[in-house]
Amino acid sequence: MAKVSPMEIYRLLPGTNCKECGEVSCMAFASALIERKRTIEDCHPLLDEKYRDKRKKLEAILTPPVKEIVIGSGSKAVKIGGEEVMYRHELTYFNPTALFFDVHDEMSSDEISERITRIDHFIITRIGQDLRLNGVAIRSRSGDPTKFGEVVLSVMERTDLPLAICALDPELLEIALEIAVDRRPLIYAATRDNWEKVGKLALDHKCPLVASSPGDMQGLLDLSQDLLDMGLSELVLDIGSYPLGDRYGQMLENLAALRRMAIERNLNLVGFPLIGVPMVAWQIEKDDVKASMMEATLAATQMLRYCDILILHSLETWSILPILTLRQNIYTDPRVPIQVDPGVYTIGNPDEESPVLMTTNFALTYYTVAADLEASKVDCHLIVVDTEGLAVEPAMAGGKLTASLVKDVIVSSKVKDLVKHRKIIIPGMAARISGEIEEATGWEVMVGPLDSSRIGGYLDQNWTVS
Amino acid sequence: MRLEDLISSLVDAEELELDNVEIDVDELILELKQSPPMFIPRAKKVLKEKERIKFEHPIKEYKGSIAEVQIGATRSEGGTREKVVKIGGQTTLYQYEGGHKNRPVVSYDVFDLEMPSFAKALREVWQDYWSSPAEWAKEAVKRGADMITIHLISTDPKIKDTSPREAAKTVEEVLQAVKVPLVIGGSGNPEKDPLVFEKAAEVAEGEMCLIASANLDLDYKRVVEAANKYGHNVLSWTSMDINDQKTLNKLLLECGLPKERMVMDPTTGALGYGIEYTFTLIERMKDSALKGDEDLQNPISCGVTNAWAAREAWMNEPRWGPREYRGPLWETITALTVLSAGADVMMMLHPTAVNIVKNVISSKSGEVDSPEFKYEDWLKI
Repeated sequence: MAKVSPMEIYRLLPGTNCKECGEVSCMAFASALIERKRTIEDCHPLLDEKYRDKRKKLEAILTPPVKEIVIGSGSKAVKIGGEEVMYRHELTYFNPTALFFDVHDEMSSDEISERITRIDHFIITRIGQDLRLNGVAIRSRSGDPTKFGEVVLSVMERTDLPLAICALDPELLEIALEIAVDRRPLIYAATRDNWEKVGKLALDHKCPLVASSPGDMQGLLDLSQDLLDMGLSELVLDIGSYPLGDRYGQMLENLAALRRMAIERNLNLVGFPLIGVPMVAWQIEKDDVKASMMEATLAATQMLRYCDILILHSLETWSILPILTLRQNIYTDPRVPIQVDPGVYTIGNPDEESPVLMTTNFALTYYTVAADLEASKVDCHLIVVDTEGLAVEPAMAGGKLTASLVKDVIVSSKVKDLVKHRKIIIPGMAARISGEIEEATGWEVMVGPLDSSRIGGYLDQNWTVS
Repeated sequence: MRLEDLISSLVDAEELELDNVEIDVDELILELKQSPPMFIPRAKKVLKEKERIKFEHPIKEYKGSIAEVQIGATRSEGGTREKVVKIGGQTTLYQYEGGHKNRPVVSYDVFDLEMPSFAKALREVWQDYWSSPAEWAKEAVKRGADMITIHLISTDPKIKDTSPREAAKTVEEVLQAVKVPLVIGGSGNPEKDPLVFEKAAEVAEGEMCLIASANLDLDYKRVVEAANKYGHNVLSWTSMDINDQKTLNKLLLECGLPKERMVMDPTTGALGYGIEYTFTLIERMKDSALKGDEDLQNPISCGVTNAWAAREAWMNEPRWGPREYRGPLWETITALTVLSAGADVMMMLHPTAVNIVKNVISSKSGEVDSPEFKYEDWLKI
């Protein structure tokens, strides 16, 4: 869909420029549809019967080549897939990779409780966003239907996170589905051996289903076709996970090929989210630290190669943190720079004699400066100017960092009530407007270093209140 | 189709073939007017094979290709290296398309100074060696270095102001200590670096080193002249801006740097601190290059070591778990991210991270067999 032009969309719209959708014209609405900032439902006239055909055509054009699948129900339901491009710079990636963590039916009740609590409550706040885990993968280790049913029930009592039900025996899956059907779990998995029975279960319970064909691309295509022919429409594809060796290399190539076939070749058979199981690392590595390390490594490369959902085991913060961070980074919309709110921020424990420093509201700039200040153990007030999400250098070049904006934030943040002095340290790259800032604000301007990593040394040499 | 329609369409038929049909009626009378001969074939029992879509790797045609750059020269080539490194040379985006002949490589960072500011995990590995860059480099080779980058940071007037002549001596020592190719890094001081590179290039004549770097802030012409005179490669380094990268590449080529002597560095942001910019820049650069943009058709080097600037890598923060695991993993995932985007050289520091990354590289190139295991057994772990 990324290659659709606004003109092609425009032709299918009423063309009345009624503005009911909130856009200034139908042409603007067409662009907003392409960028997924609006949905077809926002165009009220289009609901009219006379536009039925056009509406259908629009729906077909706007359906992403990788189908969006919902796992779970209620507010914690997670969307996966729905992707339109191979590369971020072509548009953006939409639905962040969902991270599911496993429990099995031979774990003690305490162990299950502990893991569920950890999965449910895990939270890391980075760049103003709360990063969380998304679901629980319940697997049958015992092969005993009663035990499996019990563990599914016990997980459901403890959390309303989305679930994946994992077993290859249709009998086991059926028991679990009877219990969990209202939660709309992901079923893992249909294979060449069980697909008729498992496919029917998915059809009867209206749940999304993983089609698994480890290492065999032709097998995956055939399996997907057989399941679609049965009437299923919500699949997740599994080409197998391998932590090391030649099959690992093939896995990465296969994942890229599958996504290219879906997006660039419009092959519907593979137009579905992809799943990876990094926890296979625990099959090879028995040492906890090494296994967690291997699992995180596999998870990162699978996420970078289009996997839309991953099943993991390690709940160690040190191994999850980089995966969550990578996901946050890669799924950042490249069209919108991340910003922090303008205003005054506290670094360390400043008092009324502490320095006042200034930076821009580009999140990366802000957090880098804040990290540098904390690293050099500086206590200070940090003023953030609204440069529309630009770093210092481009903001200077583009006229987005001006004396009057600095004045605005000095006034609105009431920083003068926080300190006795009237001195502000500006970034070295903003030296050019130091005179203008003094004039506009009446504060004494000190020009800081070009790089925030040198602020510590700079303050040691230059900062005195009087 | 209604039954009546079906029957009427059969009125003129000469032959009726029933294929894979189930007829479920109490009584069926077929009255066929034309007779004889009448011939009712037996229903075929075997289902016709379903039409299957045949899997073929989705291959693309590319107009452009990446220059192949050799770093290091053997005796017969005018140097003294026992191993040389060839990078780039891709003619396709993905390996499965058949156009990847060289593997990405890892270059260990070595500094000409003691580095007490290193994160603890790095100090523990390297502090026994950092009094001697030559010893440090030797140890790095033992730990799997494909190349060594000697960073001559002590030449910075604000650090130690080591003279270019002294710095060149360090380069000579490292060249004698190891047999892998060398990257010669400056201090980042735009006035001093060209002077340092000139002396270093001279003592390393013929070794086909990579001089790191030429950038828009310094006299890049002098750097190119030194590289050309003594037979080295040049790193074209810009700061996360694809247009700057194109501009600088063009300028360096105009100064007479041969295309197959240039490597690019678009700047590597650490995981959590801008890696998405680097990731997308590299993907864009490779994509443009293969589509035919001649200003970007060079291999890419990444300063993965920047990962250690992230507080998550070094800070003693119990909530995040032990930093001795966190740091190496942070560097590993930073490396894997640029590798996935298409990096050809990764400059790195921690041996654990290097081991994992080298394992990934040899796995990707199919040189190591996967361990014996059945994938679906993860259900039974």
